[in-house]
Amino acid sequence: MNIVVTVKQVPDTWAEKKLDAADKTVDRKSVDNVMNEMDEYGVEEALKIKEAHGGEVTVVTMGPAKAVETIRKALSMGADKAVHLTDDSLHGSDALATSAALAKVISTLSPDLVITSSEASDARGGVIGALLAERLGLPQLTQARKVTVDPAASKVTIERQADNGYALVEASLPAVVSVVEKINQPRYPSFKGIMAAKKKPLTTLSAADAGLDAASVGLAGAATSVVTAVPAPPRSSGTIVKDEGDGGTKIAGFLAAQKLI
Amino acid sequence: MPVERLLATPEAEAVVELARTIAEREIEPRVVADEADGRFPREVFAVLGAAGLLALPYPERFGGGGQPYEVYLQVLEEIAYRSASVAVGVSVHSLSCYPLAYHGADAQRDALLPRLLSGVPLGAYSLSEPHAGSDPAAMTTAARVESDGAGYRLSGTKAWVTHGGVADFYTVFARTSTDHSGGISCFLIDAGIDGLVVGAPERKMGLTASPTTQLIFDDALIPTDRLIGGEGAGLRIALSALEAGRLGIAACAVGLAQRALDDAVAYARDRQTFGRAIIDHQGLGFLLADMAAAVESARATTLSAARLRDAARPAARAASIAKLVATDAAMRVTENAVQVLGGAGYTKDYPVERYMREAKVMQIFEGTNQIQRMVIARHLAKG
Ligand SMILES: Cc1cc2nc3c(=O)[nH]c(=O)nc-3n(C[C@H](O)[C@H](O)[C@H](O)COP(=O)(O)OP(=O)(O)OC[C@H]3O[C@@H](n4cnc5c(N)ncnc54)[C@H](O)[C@@H]3O)c2cc1C
Ligand SMILES: Cc1cc2nc3c(=O)[nH]c(=O)nc-3n(C[C@H](O)[C@H](O)[C@H](O)COP(=O)(O)OP(=O)(O)OC[C@H]3O[C@@H](n4cnc5c(N)ncnc54)[C@H](O)[C@@H]3O)c2cc1C
Repeated sequence: MNIVVTVKQVPDTWAEKKLDAADKTVDRKSVDNVMNEMDEYGVEEALKIKEAHGGEVTVVTMGPAKAVETIRKALSMGADKAVHLTDDSLHGSDALATSAALAKVISTLSPDLVITSSEASDARGGVIGALLAERLGLPQLTQARKVTVDPAASKVTIERQADNGYALVEASLPAVVSVVEKINQPRYPSFKGIMAAKKKPLTTLSAADAGLDAASVGLAGAATSVVTAVPAPPRSSGTIVKDEGDGGTKIAGFLAAQKLI
Repeated sequence: MPVERLLATPEAEAVVELARTIAEREIEPRVVADEADGRFPREVFAVLGAAGLLALPYPERFGGGGQPYEVYLQVLEEIAYRSASVAVGVSVHSLSCYPLAYHGADAQRDALLPRLLSGVPLGAYSLSEPHAGSDPAAMTTAARVESDGAGYRLSGTKAWVTHGGVADFYTVFARTSTDHSGGISCFLIDAGIDGLVVGAPERKMGLTASPTTQLIFDDALIPTDRLIGGEGAGLRIALSALEAGRLGIAACAVGLAQRALDDAVAYARDRQTFGRAIIDHQGLGFLLADMAAAVESARATTLSAARLRDAARPAARAASIAKLVATDAAMRVTENAVQVLGGAGYTKDYPVERYMREAKVMQIFEGTNQIQRMVIARHLAKG
């Protein structure tokens, strides 16, 4: 199995997320950046499939130079090699442009299986998996909480997470699968893995190397644009009910007003 | 605010980040309950061991990480940020491997060290006795040679053993002759041997998730090949191990102090009095500024001592200074963190009172801070 897994570097989950004042893109400079947590599940699933069926896991990311940290993390977990698409001209790419760029890179790798996670914690578009499948002309299996690969029959079956229960979905390989957190328990990298990662092949591509047209990517090529952004309003302080012997009645009145009782 | 670290390589950064991630995910969710219930988190050590974080400063050819102290200590710091008990445990485990790694014969190291460094077993270091703490040469636990040559028979009571009862092996010091400081020897002893009884855990003020016990030896048989470094070399070995261990404790103190500072700052930015956040009252802002300065200078002093050691320079004086400066800083910073939280800080609903209790012991073990001053002064006197 030749498996490609996409990973994205995002601002640390707990960091206050800000938009750059000048171009309204996510500010990645003033915060700690980490691997999108859900991508750890994608990497884990890719490694498990490789361990069960043999083959190779290639990590693909698009992001600034610093995103190489996230590649190293995936390699230290056990992935075999990586491709890092990085170029100043890619800054500000929207979901459409991101998926076009990733698809271009991934198609050169001729994967049997592409794994993404369902959502990145910064932009939370939740669309890249579907967009990639469309651009690669492959079947898409989204929201997978369990993946079973049958290389001999060249098919993949997933349990697709639904509101109450799951749906069994099957596709022929190659295919794109996006995973949810229920799917597994990601391993930690190990010290030995970290040291081994140093020696694993890493290909760094510019937009031109990847054959991307500068006008179709980055802020210039984005089909969407952020016009304005406002911070979420601080939570209001709530209502304080003073109990003067009638506390119960007042609470019942409050709940009734909220149509809760 | 994330700590600004200058690490030499991307791999070092990744190792420190790995420690931070494991501490955040495996330790943080349980530390409050473990400390309250006095439960030793053995599972956390298993995760750290599997990740290779229990053997970082030891040679690679024996399965260690071959990492400089400068990196290892920052790993300890990240662990101490989440749990002083676990970080002290990692440091003590490391200490327990030291005598074999640096004073064992080649055959002993080949036979025993890979397992010690595998991350699976947990170690303890047993030097102190009820009447021999600051003055270890006053110890009375005796190891006498068995007449049939089968080994040594150990008898006596060791005290204050971190990981007593939960360790898989003990590095124990005992007397093989009456020569005051030249009659002490070092043994590597498996847990569970006949003639070794573990005492009840001490009821401590802090580090309650880390068991501290006596070890009572009654004619326990120790095979000859478990004597490390020859008869009489024990005190020298113990002191060289402690020189490394003190750096570990200094790093634990820095991590703990950083946590207390961060918690205090977060509270002070949120809590309002007289119409503004308390951090904006200069009197309290300056207290926090002094705390930040104490943490940063403790870290700098500790890492500077580590770099001396990594460069194979004499580092005993620097290690004692680091232990003294960092643990005194941790005491002051944690005490002030309680002050910053006001009444809330004095309750068990907030963790800062625990930090203060945890900082206290760091001024006491691995050589009290009086003993550190004694070491430093001796170096000064020698010129
Ligand atoms: C507040 C905000 C501001 C934005 N500003 C702009 C803007 O100014 N201009 C603009 O054009 N667009 C902008 N975007 C769009 C944003 O850049 C895209 O949504 C983004 O490229 C796709 O990421 P996602 O987080 O939505 O992906 P998701 O679809 O949520 O991610 C799912 C999975 O896809 C994979 N994946 C996603 N991105 C990558 C990647 N780069 N490399 C490798 N794998 C990846 C990962 O496996 C990830 O887990 C903005 C979005 C938001 C919410
Ligand atoms: C939680 C905990 C864990 C521990 N873990 C371990 C362990 O794993 N292994 C181990 O071997 N030991 C361990 N110890 C023991 C610890 O190292 C000793 O408690 C410490 O060395 C002090 O010895 P003592 O308690 O006998 O105090 P004493 O030596 O009796 O000292 C009492 C006081 O006198 C002062 N003092 C003593 N001599 C002098 C002097 N010459 N000049 C000035 N002041 C002096 C001391 O600083 C101290 O304030 C642990 C202790 C604790 C509390």
